[in-house]
Amino acid sequence: MRRNDHRARRHPAYGAFLVHRISGILLALFLPLHLWALSQSLQGAAQFDQLLAWTAAPSVKVAEWGIVVLLAAHLTGGLRLLALELLPWRDWQKSLAALAAAIALAFGLAFALAL
Amino acid sequence: MSARRETLLWLAQRASAAVLALCVLVHLATIIIAVQGGLSAAEILQRTRGNVLGLVFYATFVAAAAVHAPIGLRATLGEWLGWRGASRDVALVLFALALAVLGLRAVMGVFGGAA
Repeated sequence: MRRNDHRARRHPAYGAFLVHRISGILLALFLPLHLWALSQSLQGAAQFDQLLAWTAAPSVKVAEWGIVVLLAAHLTGGLRLLALELLPWRDWQKSLAALAAAIALAFGLAFALAL
Repeated sequence: MSARRETLLWLAQRASAAVLALCVLVHLATIIIAVQGGLSAAEILQRTRGNVLGLVFYATFVAAAAVHAPIGLRATLGEWLGWRGASRDVALVLFALALAVLGLRAVMGVFGGAA
């Protein structure tokens, strides 16, 4: 297997790739659980309230915050990829990665403040 | 592995990403607005049940995610775990179907019918 050399791995674009891939894996694992829990809880308002009560626990809130940040990071990382592939570009790779990170963190902050 | 199939998957991944970009933005905004002041099942279901726009929006969201997540996992499984070939693709088709079924069940539960 061909491996990236250390220069490629030091570039911020490699960090952006890792964040995008790992957030994607975690979201793909979370999604079936999310959908399953939602359909189970919809047997009636009482079951739904049970699920909502569970999500009020601080540890679950922290996990939810993590998922919101993962989703925002995957979104902005994906927009970065679409821009790279579909728009003309030359020397703004690092700016694009930084912008993606900034917007993802802004979503995380907005969610934390709304909780 | 045919080049034509790879091209179609690449295209499906970008097209679903474009749809998801919009869906995720709306979903994140909804989450951040909805969690303010706490959540109750009755409150949520009162707003969602019979909401046709919500139903169409989230059904589209589920369909795009069911296309997008398996294609992303396909590259990850191939590159990081060395899992390629027909068995990987069969597993991912099943994963896509599971997401679609679980997702549409959840969407019908939240947005379909009367309370």
